[in-house]
Amino acid sequence: MSVLIDKDTRLCVSGITGREGTFHAMNNKRYGTNVVSGVTPGKGGQDVEGVPVLNTFHAAVSETGANTAMIFVPPPFAADSILEAADAGIETVICITEGIPAHDELRVYNFLRAHRPTVRLIGPNCPGVLSPGKANVGIIPAAFFKEGNVGVVSRSGTLTYQIGNELAQRGFGNSSIVGIGGDPVPGSSFIDVIELFQADDETELIVMSGEIGGSAEEEAAEYIGEHVTKPVVGYIAGFTAPPGKTMGHAGAIVSGSQGTAAAKAEALEGRGVRVGRTPTEVADIAVEILGG
Amino acid sequence: MDLLEYQGKQLFARHGVPVPDGKPATSVDDALAAADVIGYPCVVKAQVLIGGRGKAGGIKVVKDRDEARDAAEAILGMDIRGHTVHEIWVEAASDIAEEYYASIVFDRSAKAPLMLLSTQGGMDIEEVAERDPDAIARLHVDPLIGFQGFHGRRLAFEAGVAEDVVRPVGALLAKLYDAFVAEEAMLVEVNPLTVLTDRSVKALDAKVTLDDNSFYRHPDNAALRNVGAEDPQEQMAKERGLTYVKLDGDIGILGNGAGLVMSTLDVVSQAGGAPANFLDAGGGSKAEAITQAVEVILSDPKVKAVLFNIFGGITRCDEIARGLIEAFDQIKPTVPFVVRLDGTNDKEGRALLAEANLPNVHMATTMLEAAEKVVELARSANVEGRPDAALPGQTTGGTPGGGDSS
Repeated sequence: MSVLIDKDTRLCVSGITGREGTFHAMNNKRYGTNVVSGVTPGKGGQDVEGVPVLNTFHAAVSETGANTAMIFVPPPFAADSILEAADAGIETVICITEGIPAHDELRVYNFLRAHRPTVRLIGPNCPGVLSPGKANVGIIPAAFFKEGNVGVVSRSGTLTYQIGNELAQRGFGNSSIVGIGGDPVPGSSFIDVIELFQADDETELIVMSGEIGGSAEEEAAEYIGEHVTKPVVGYIAGFTAPPGKTMGHAGAIVSGSQGTAAAKAEALEGRGVRVGRTPTEVADIAVEILGG
Repeated sequence: MDLLEYQGKQLFARHGVPVPDGKPATSVDDALAAADVIGYPCVVKAQVLIGGRGKAGGIKVVKDRDEARDAAEAILGMDIRGHTVHEIWVEAASDIAEEYYASIVFDRSAKAPLMLLSTQGGMDIEEVAERDPDAIARLHVDPLIGFQGFHGRRLAFEAGVAEDVVRPVGALLAKLYDAFVAEEAMLVEVNPLTVLTDRSVKALDAKVTLDDNSFYRHPDNAALRNVGAEDPQEQMAKERGLTYVKLDGDIGILGNGAGLVMSTLDVVSQAGGAPANFLDAGGGSKAEAITQAVEVILSDPKVKAVLFNIFGGITRCDEIARGLIEAFDQIKPTVPFVVRLDGTNDKEGRALLAEANLPNVHMATTMLEAAEKVVELARSANVEGRPDAALPGQTTGGTPGGGDSS
């Protein structure tokens, strides 16, 4: 098994006719992901390297049976596209777009929560989801990862690759790798994804990679303490980040004494989660827990 | 982006939040002209993005033109906790009866705007929260339905505001919420929110943080850049479209992806070094962006060594290598570089660098090794020139961990 995406995924890509959209949709398809269609308003009837393009997500669902959406459109159109996918009945929406206004994210989150509670939004501003050997939706460089028993959930893209690579060098593969994104209002939290990994047969160890800003890691720590029986290894980026400065990700900011890496690591360790101080140490701990 | 007080007040005024009349000025003459129009007494206030202006002498009440001149001359150019005053705000003096506190915070945890109201205004709200948490009334607003009249009444009664101003305080909060949503703020704070002796309510200060991601639909806000207050390297980076944060150390850092760069800063610090900056070259960087990034990093004279830590996903390592080669061609750096390339097209990137044989560029195979190497190089650069300096050859033996640090 794996989480969120697998062999049953039928992917529709919003923004498939754009340069980046085409490149990554085709990359995902070559990996073996079942890319059934794309959506670009006004370009319905065309195709991108054999993948049919439709005008709406509603048509993508009724005509191509799409059950998963990848959003690759620029920030001014991204919230609209997420809501359209949800309105069309798509249950898993993965939004790669970076730079969506925070108030748009707030409206999308609250609307989905209130009116489409079964829809799972991953992202925005995330690298996507990879279930090695099954499907890749997003921009994660799949060549570095193989099938295995470690589930990874992270707020960052390249840091996920770094940690995944450290694990791979020790011989570990992954059930799924989920990037939840670095924005202030992610559609899914650490808790949402950890819950999926806890229920997933294939996952024997969960690695969560957090960073400064907000309180998602602290909330996850509490959840892990109460609900998670599988071992969890943590990592937090930004121990040396100065307060008040946005460190690249819109959500990565220490506000006053809130959101520091030290407080997050302490919260996790207080709930029995071992926290690696470097990506290498995360892999060291994984070896100790699962054996080399 | 954080706004100066007067920018915040002008934004408030556009949404009907009552503020005192005032005018900004960047020279003594402008300040006097403003004061003459506003009338005396008035208040001359330093405009800097840091608290404690009053204590530092950056806020002065003046009763005539001479005092206004003295105040403007003293405050313009003043240093307030490391911030130079480039602008002042001249505003009508207010007869204050009571000082309250109001704010709206973008609450990431609750995924809703959080409104706070307290009758203990005019002081540090975090101190109030610690000393007397019940003194702050708070509630979340559902962003799907927005601010309702009852929100204002509930906050006002719970905070215990004077009964005769419950209505105007509620009205002010409604307008503050309008401003928060319409301008796409992450924070609006009014401290103090004052009740004047004529029982009208006014926002006497304004602290506003806007969401940079919303600027494409708020060109006026995007133009509010407070250039004078920005660090020169940060300004240069912004003009080149790079994500750069200036830090205090001497090791320049470039990586791709915010998380990896943050992690790199941590690992370099653990190895005993002090990063000079955060620079995220972003996903899919082209060679030209890398060249510009090197320029920004090296414009900080403190930088003694530079670390490139790249794990290519969208980013291609051969593009990074080309950018670095181009940078060496154009800028001819004199400080050592440590380069770690992994991920997409890493072999091609390493081959390009090997072929170019750039002076003083060291390759590293892992992030940890790269961090240790760059710390060592920065340290030997620091001891060079001292009579007891170790020979560079003696410190580059590859002793891992840098156990002799501090």
